[in-house]
Amino acid sequence: MILPSEQLTTYLLVGLFMLVFGIYSMIRHRTFIGMLISSEFILNGAGLNFMAFNRFLAADPAVGQIFTLFIMGLAAAEAALIISLILMVYHKYQSIDPRDVRDLKG
Amino acid sequence: MIFYRYVAEIVFFLFIAAIFFGAVASLRARYLMNAVLGLALALAGVAGLFYHLGSPFLALMQLLIGIGAICVILAFGIMTAPRPEQEAEMLGAVKRNKPLAVVACLAVSIPLILTIVGTQWPPAAVRVGDFSVKHLGENLLHQFCLSFELISVVLLAAILGALAIARIGRGDWE
Repeated sequence: MILPSEQLTTYLLVGLFMLVFGIYSMIRHRTFIGMLISSEFILNGAGLNFMAFNRFLAADPAVGQIFTLFIMGLAAAEAALIISLILMVYHKYQSIDPRDVRDLKG
Repeated sequence: MIFYRYVAEIVFFLFIAAIFFGAVASLRARYLMNAVLGLALALAGVAGLFYHLGSPFLALMQLLIGIGAICVILAFGIMTAPRPEQEAEMLGAVKRNKPLAVVACLAVSIPLILTIVGTQWPPAAVRVGDFSVKHLGENLLHQFCLSFELISVVLLAAILGALAIARIGRGDWE
């Protein structure tokens, strides 16, 4: 019997859940920091997908692990950058609600 | 041996439950700090799945970078920025854009679920290497050396940019 933890589909569905949840939460959150948290979910879902394909399908198991490491590094860089942008927006607008930041009428 | 396989399976589902509950907790949190704790729980679950996928090294990295770096950055951001945001978050048990969010999720998830379930995934014909850290390190410093260095430069640029932007926001450089 093949257990669920030894099937590719299980991991892909968990990764899909993280992607879909990230999109849902990004649309529904009312603050920039909440949206940043949602983006972390999306990035980690992508990393999980890379690792799953790496474990079950890839020719060389190092490649997927290295890409997942790169995704983690980029996620950390992105979080640092966006937090500083949020702080700047807060000092300028006294708000971190995305609806208040609309000088360009977006 | 069979017994241990089933125990591992139960632990596997506990990790998936951690991801699920962390996600729900981060969405329904009344305070942003609780949302960060939900994210940390979900990231720990992902680390457990990495372990199940045969890579303890990546699981450790996920704990170090995901929880140790990203969640701490988020916590600092919440502490240095603004109280008003927490009050806004408290007021907003009812958040906005629910129909739009549901439509977007369905539009993304239905095609992807059909693809995942309906596709035959053929494994690679020849597998080389293994999951050891030694093999990973050799690849990282030979085949992927350029990408590795580029990531370092990107991280450096992001941190310098973050510092510069935060100072501009304070009005020192205007």
